[in-house]
Amino acid sequence: MTDTPKIELKNVTKRFGSKVVLDNLSLTVPKGKSLVVIGGSGTGKSVMLKCVLGILRPEKGEIYVDGENVLKMSTTEREQSLRKFGMLFQGAALFDSLPVWQNVAFGLIQGRKMRRKEAKDIAIDKLGKVGLGPEVGELYPAELSGGMQKRVALARAIATEPEIIFFDEPTTGLDPIMADVINDLIVASVKDLGATALSITHDMASARKIADEIAMIYKGKIIWAGPRADIDSSGNDYVDQFIHGRADGPIKMDVLKP
Amino acid sequence: MNFFAIIGRVVLALLGEIGRLALFTWSSVSHIFRPPFFWRLLGQQMMRIGYFSLPVVALTAFFTGGALALQIYYGGSTINSESIVATIVALGITRELGPVMAGLMVAGRVSAAIAAELGTMKVTEQIDALTTLSTNPYKYLVVPRVVAAVITLPLLVFIADVIGVMGGFIVSTASLHFNPAVYVQNTINFLKADDVTSGLIKAAVFGFVIALMGCFQGFNSKGGAQGVGRATTNAVVTASILILASNYVMTSLLFAK
Repeated sequence: MTDTPKIELKNVTKRFGSKVVLDNLSLTVPKGKSLVVIGGSGTGKSVMLKCVLGILRPEKGEIYVDGENVLKMSTTEREQSLRKFGMLFQGAALFDSLPVWQNVAFGLIQGRKMRRKEAKDIAIDKLGKVGLGPEVGELYPAELSGGMQKRVALARAIATEPEIIFFDEPTTGLDPIMADVINDLIVASVKDLGATALSITHDMASARKIADEIAMIYKGKIIWAGPRADIDSSGNDYVDQFIHGRADGPIKMDVLKP
Repeated sequence: MNFFAIIGRVVLALLGEIGRLALFTWSSVSHIFRPPFFWRLLGQQMMRIGYFSLPVVALTAFFTGGALALQIYYGGSTINSESIVATIVALGITRELGPVMAGLMVAGRVSAAIAAELGTMKVTEQIDALTTLSTNPYKYLVVPRVVAAVITLPLLVFIADVIGVMGGFIVSTASLHFNPAVYVQNTINFLKADDVTSGLIKAAVFGFVIALMGCFQGFNSKGGAQGVGRATTNAVVTASILILASNYVMTSLLFAK
């Protein structure tokens, strides 16, 4: 008997007008594993995450979380299901009208109706876990650097101790050292919580560090998937071109030649 | 370019926008009555929409009342009817100018602010983040703003009515040499409770329109700073037009003989 996958997408199709962004995409994320989806810009990575979260609704296909088809859930059931999730957004997406501690405690106060004092203690503890002192809790997001904002966003993503964490381009826009710090924090956080992680990135250093398994998306389809150790011997020309960052290969960029 | 194709595209875009607005309105209204309720946010929005709009609404009402008194006096004097100034100022302010002027001023101030705030939240994925934190964006962002506007606009208009009539009184007695006691007596004699309540009903509808258009445009903004700017402009323009159009409809319904 096989375990029910934590997340499963079956033949998911999403269009924006005439543009097909996800094209019969199928993907499975096993429970407790960290799957990283790699792929170029505009290949449908973020759209895939937003479909799982219910922010976008696909035209076709099925999306299962813990064996339940989330596309057939009522609004209330969906809101209940979302309690399992935490997400780190590409641009951090911190609420700029709230101080840092309230950002981190937001899911506890609003989503779980925890008392503010108790939620603040947890928020300060989570900030400590991502290497930020309690004094940072009183600042506003605009007063933080990009790296600190990402760390606060990570603290927010793990504050409710979710079963599933999504990471959307976690290292984009960061210097290599800060990117590595964030990668280490992601690995530690996922391990601490025993969570299932689904990340999307085009940063191969990040993918190699945080992934148990890697899948590659191209033109809205998963064209290769396998263990992290197999990525260098995938035998797939698209994957090879992508991981080595070559301009020549089967993936053609739409750029105007001078 | 085919002329009919252009017309068809415009009509389809318009119908699409009306459909989106109808769905947004339905979602917003249905979430008003479903828990959880964010009382703290409602209080904050009542302060922002109502209390902080008070100075601009009060000034507008005062000068409108004063200008109205002068115009009625100049117009009335040509047919020897200067004595109607008090009556017309009271009726004009409470039935029409109080709610419409306050509505338009608040639309400019509040609708734009809501659209800019929510538009920025939309393009920086803060609204998506709310969803991932098990918080319904309609309940958290739209409902407090809409309810606060529906509650505070009538209060603002009531204050605008008082200040507008007072503006007419001050101009009439200080500049046009009306007898203060007679002016007050004329105002009391001709003003009925229905005149005031009709204006307050209009104000509640205007409040709904102002907050709804700000939220709708903010939620649908895209394309970075330029998109937020466009949403802000659209919010003020559509809210203002809807205020004027709904005012006509409500006047024809409330005062139909």
